[in-house]
Amino acid sequence: MKITLENERDLKLMANSIRSDIMEMLVEAKSGHSAGPLGLAEVYTELFFREMNYDPKNTHLEGRDRFVLSNGHVAPVLYATMSRAGFFPKSEIMGLRKLGSKLQGHPSKKWLPGIENSSGPLGQGLSIACGMALAGRLDKKTWRVYCAMSDGEHDEGATWESILFAAKYKLDNLVAIMDRNFIQIDGKTEDIMPLEPLGKKYEAFGWHVISVDGHDFGALRRALSDARGTKGKPTMIIANTVPGKGVSFMEHLYEWHGKPPSKEQAQAALLELANERAKIEARTDAKGNASGGGKEAAAHLDAGARKGAAAKKS
Amino acid sequence: MHLLDPLAPDLPQVPTRDGFGKTVVELAEKDLNVVGLTADVAESVRMHWFAEKFPDRFFQCGVAEQNMAGVAAGLAYAGKMPFIAAYGVFSPGRNWDQIRVALCYGDANVKIEGSHTGLTVGPDGATHQALEDIAIMRVLPHMTVFAPCDAMEARKATIAAAKINGPVYIRCSRDKAPQFTTEKTPFEPGKAAMLKDGKDCAVVACGAMVHESLLAAAELEKNGVDAAVVNMHTLSDVDGKTLEEIARKTGRIITVEEHQIVGGLGSAVCEALSEKYPVPVKRIGMKMEFGESGTAKELLEKYGMNAKNIAKVCREMISAKR
Repeated sequence: MKITLENERDLKLMANSIRSDIMEMLVEAKSGHSAGPLGLAEVYTELFFREMNYDPKNTHLEGRDRFVLSNGHVAPVLYATMSRAGFFPKSEIMGLRKLGSKLQGHPSKKWLPGIENSSGPLGQGLSIACGMALAGRLDKKTWRVYCAMSDGEHDEGATWESILFAAKYKLDNLVAIMDRNFIQIDGKTEDIMPLEPLGKKYEAFGWHVISVDGHDFGALRRALSDARGTKGKPTMIIANTVPGKGVSFMEHLYEWHGKPPSKEQAQAALLELANERAKIEARTDAKGNASGGGKEAAAHLDAGARKGAAAKKS
Repeated sequence: MHLLDPLAPDLPQVPTRDGFGKTVVELAEKDLNVVGLTADVAESVRMHWFAEKFPDRFFQCGVAEQNMAGVAAGLAYAGKMPFIAAYGVFSPGRNWDQIRVALCYGDANVKIEGSHTGLTVGPDGATHQALEDIAIMRVLPHMTVFAPCDAMEARKATIAAAKINGPVYIRCSRDKAPQFTTEKTPFEPGKAAMLKDGKDCAVVACGAMVHESLLAAAELEKNGVDAAVVNMHTLSDVDGKTLEEIARKTGRIITVEEHQIVGGLGSAVCEALSEKYPVPVKRIGMKMEFGESGTAKELLEKYGMNAKNIAKVCREMISAKR
C-alpha cells in the first residue's frame, strides 16, 4: 500500500529524512552524486508520497502511474525515497553501488523492482516516457507518466527529439519535471552550454510550461494538479532547485555535482539536517496543515508514517 | 533442403525489406500489440503498408532515430511489440546507445529493421551503405541478430523475431534479390542452414551473399571442386556446432558478407572455430574501407564480393599449401 502524506509538516520531515539517507548512502558508497539528489528531496517526496498512484509491494500493478527517471545519476534520492515509500527495507540502502546490490550506481529495472527504466545515459528518459504515454493512450488507460529530467541533459540533441515528439502526439498523460539547478559536471549550465530561456523554448515547442520553486510543496502540488488538468499537450514543470539543498557547504556548488562527502563532511551534513529536522518538528501542526492543505494528523514519520489510501485516481 | 535452383533464370526478384514489411502487417493483424515506427523513411523501409493499414498503431518519428528507439522502449515496457524501421546506417547507426541501454539492458521487446544495408544500396554511396551494423549489434548482450538471405527468409526471420521476447535486429537490403528459398525451407534461429554439402571447402555466408555463394559453388562444381554452402542467418549466436562439423569435413572455411570483414560474420566464425576446431579461414567482405557510388553489380565486382571472386578465393585456398 502506498504511504500518503497530506500535510506540509509531514512532507517536510520526509524530505529531511531523505536528505539524511542520501548523505549516509553516499559516504558509505564512497562515490556518487551529492548535489542533485539533495536538491530533489521535495520533488521526489511530492511525487511518491502525494501525487503518484502505485503499490510498492505490487510493482507490476497494471494501473500504476509510471515514474521514468531520465538522469539516472540522481539515483540516491530515488533509492532513499523508494525505501521510505516501502519498496524495499531501509537497511538495503547502504548497499548503494556495491557488488550484488539492487541499488546499482545508476538505477536498473533488471536489479530493482519498481524501477520502470534503466537509466544513466542522458537524454533517453523522455523518449521512453513518450512511448509509455503512447501505450497508455492506445490502451485507453488513465494512468499517467512522470518523467524526471535534469537541466544539463538538455544539451543532448535526443532530448529535443522527444520534446518535438511529445508535442506532436499531444501527450497530455505525460508530465516532465525538470531539476533546474543550473549545474552540471563541468560547471554552471549557462557557462557549459547556455539553455535559457528554457521555459520559452518548451512553450515554443508546444508544451504547457509551469515554473515553480522546487522546494515548495504547495507550488509543486498546484503544478502537478495543473498538469493533470491540461489537455491536448504535455506539461513541463520546471522545478527551480538549489543543488546541495539542506547542506550549507554544498549548496549551489557544481563541484558537488558528482562527488560524495567525506566522513567528516557527512557528519557535518547530518548534523545540519538534524537541526533542520528539529526546527520542522518544533513548528505547530496547525501551521503545517495550513500550507499543506490536508486534514491528516501530523504523525511523526520515523514512528511509522501514516498509511493513506493509494486509491487516489489521477 | 527445400531450395529453388539458384541458377534458374526466372527466380522471383524481391528485396528483403519487402519480406519484412509485408510480414509486419500480417503479424499486426493477429496481434493488437504490434505497433510500427519509422523515421521519415516509411516507404523506403516498407513500413508504409503497415502505416496504411494500421494508422492508429503507426508512429511517424521524423528524422529522429534516437527518439524512435527510446519511444519504442517505452511502448515495449508498457506491453507493446514495436517494430522500428529505418536505414541501417541510422538505426542502429545513430541510436546505438538507446538500443544498448533501453532495449538490451532494459530487455525491451522491440524489433529493429535495418534496411538498405550492405554495398548493394549502390548509388547512394558510402554514407548510406551500412557495413558495420552486424558488428555493433552482435556485440550487445540480449540482442538477436538475423541477416536473412532472401525475402522469404526475411519473412521467416520477422515471424521468429515476434516470437522472441526481447530485442531483435533484422538486417535487410534495398536491392531486389533472387528469392531461392521456399515456404518449406527450414529457418531455425541459431541453427545454420546447410544449403549445399561439400567436401573441399565450405563457404559460410549471410544475406544477399548466400545466393552469390551458391552461384560460386555451382561454378566451382564445373571445375571439379565440391564446395559446401552454409547460410549463417543468425549472427548473434553463430552456430558453432555446424561450423565445427563443416570445418572437420572440409578443413577450410570462406566467409562472405556485405559488411566489414572485422566484427561481422567473418569475425564471428573465426571466434567460434578458434575455440572449437581451428582451420584456415578466408574472409570475403569489405576490407576496412568505405564503399562508393555505383550499381550493386559493379560494387560487388569491384570489392570482390561476387560469385566469380568467391569461387576464385575458394580455388586459391584449396591450391595453397597447408
